[in-house]
Amino acid sequence: MTQKDMTLGERLQARGVSRRAFLKYCATTASLLALSPTMVPRIAEALEAQRRPSVIWLSFQECTGCTESITRSASPSIESMIFETISLDYHHTLQAAAGHQAEEAREIAMKENWGKYLVLVDGSIPTGDMGYSTTAGESNIDTLKRVAEGAAAIIAIGTCSAFGGIPYANPNPTGAVSVSDVIKDKPIVNVPGCPPIPAVMTSVLAHYLAFGSLPELDHLNRPKVFYGQNIHDRCYRRPFYERGQFAESFDDEGAKKGWCLYKLGCKGPTTYNACAVLKWNEGTSFPIEAGHGCLGCSEPNFWDAGSFYSPLSTATHLDAGTVALAGAVGVGVGVAAGAAKRAQQKKIKSAPAKAWTKTQAEEESQ
Amino acid sequence: MSLLDFARGPALQWAAVVFVIGMLWRTLGLLLMLRARPLSKDRKTGLAGAGVKTMFSRFLLPKVFAKRVGFQFLLGWIWHLGFVITLLFFQVHVLFFKGLLGFGWPALPNSVVLPVAAVSLGILVILLVRRVTNPVLRYISTFNDYSSVIVTILPFATGFATFAHVPALPYETLLALHFLSVALLLVWFPFSKLFHVITVLPSRYILGVKFWRRGVEA
Repeated sequence: MTQKDMTLGERLQARGVSRRAFLKYCATTASLLALSPTMVPRIAEALEAQRRPSVIWLSFQECTGCTESITRSASPSIESMIFETISLDYHHTLQAAAGHQAEEAREIAMKENWGKYLVLVDGSIPTGDMGYSTTAGESNIDTLKRVAEGAAAIIAIGTCSAFGGIPYANPNPTGAVSVSDVIKDKPIVNVPGCPPIPAVMTSVLAHYLAFGSLPELDHLNRPKVFYGQNIHDRCYRRPFYERGQFAESFDDEGAKKGWCLYKLGCKGPTTYNACAVLKWNEGTSFPIEAGHGCLGCSEPNFWDAGSFYSPLSTATHLDAGTVALAGAVGVGVGVAAGAAKRAQQKKIKSAPAKAWTKTQAEEESQ
Repeated sequence: MSLLDFARGPALQWAAVVFVIGMLWRTLGLLLMLRARPLSKDRKTGLAGAGVKTMFSRFLLPKVFAKRVGFQFLLGWIWHLGFVITLLFFQVHVLFFKGLLGFGWPALPNSVVLPVAAVSLGILVILLVRRVTNPVLRYISTFNDYSSVIVTILPFATGFATFAHVPALPYETLLALHFLSVALLLVWFPFSKLFHVITVLPSRYILGVKFWRRGVEA
């Protein structure tokens, strides 16, 4: 029996993972996905019987940060365990094969698992010059369309593939678009973040493996369980916001006391992600806890939504120059209106006789 | 572009442009109009002093009308002070002005501003209900009266909803609605009775001068 043909249960047994450890993993996965504890046996049963699904990871206009994130899930961890239980048949950074052999591995995986494999995409897709980003001489958009055709589902990993991300930012020189802008006929899950939290990526995979379906999604196709609440609502600094206690700079007394970072541009109130709950580096911390405001990296257009350091209560297009220009126009309009009114008043005053013209009734009465 | 991006960006920008142009247009237009010359001799001298005195004496409640308009007078004062305090001394509003002007000023604690804003909002609602329920007030009220009060209530209501993050809507939608309500107020301001912010003192001055000419002390 090849490694690929073994079920997860068999693989874990072969690796010496105990039943207890496996059930703990299932319970944690259920907890992460906000599922009832009664679902744990079902998850365990489904995962045990699950054969390694083929996963093709496509990297387009990206920085490899998403791959860095998923591989930085501490080992041995739940995340790394699930990572090993999929058959990652194609991944530029992680696969051993290179060049034509790598492309061949992808073709074989697609052929053998047509209609059943998962496609994970990181990076946006350029639509300008096809030469902006290619793999083995094929443009990203052609690769995506061809690989997506036989996919069971697509998971857009990171903000670039989910919403366009940094390549999509103004002026978007490559004409970058998201996966959902290109593929319209396949189930797509967006797992945004720059990068996304490792546990979020792996939990979405776990959900698919356990239930054969994708988790419940929000209006931006993000798993509700991880992107259902904004960071502000779950932030440990929230009480300081309520009391109006804000850090004014990154090194003042307020910052040292851990006060709210709203004034320093924190985008936590408008950012939906699980950073404040799951945190990073095995639950060690998250950006706000490290003293920097949230950038809003899991939201569409986060790069163009005003300065990272401007508070949300400030206007993004309005400045003193605009007001001054409007003032100059206003003075011109006001003077013109005043002059017109004066001219009209003078005209009325200079023709007083009109007011004394007899009415038709007066003339008739005479 | 999301609703919040639109509200924080182009909506507020254009509303401010309309506000500034509208305010200057109407102010200069009124200032440049010809004034009627008095047809009779002045009965008293010191017209300017009388005008200035009337500008400020009307801030006080005349004893003779105390019972009749005392309630409205008191609420009017509290509401206007509350509006100024909320607009200029709420932390996040100071941030807004700092972003616009490049400088800010000390803000009042939330524990002070929030109750003041709540009272102001409450008074506005009371005055609106009174206008609707009182037969005389209803008779003399026009669209301009109702709309001006409602357009002023909206930023308060949406501001509270945003701060409290009421669960009915996502925070970014609430914040966008707050910005949009402010934009609506800015656009409506120069062309409605809200323009009294500019005209109230000059019109009192002119009234004081006219009365003084006729020998009336008011």
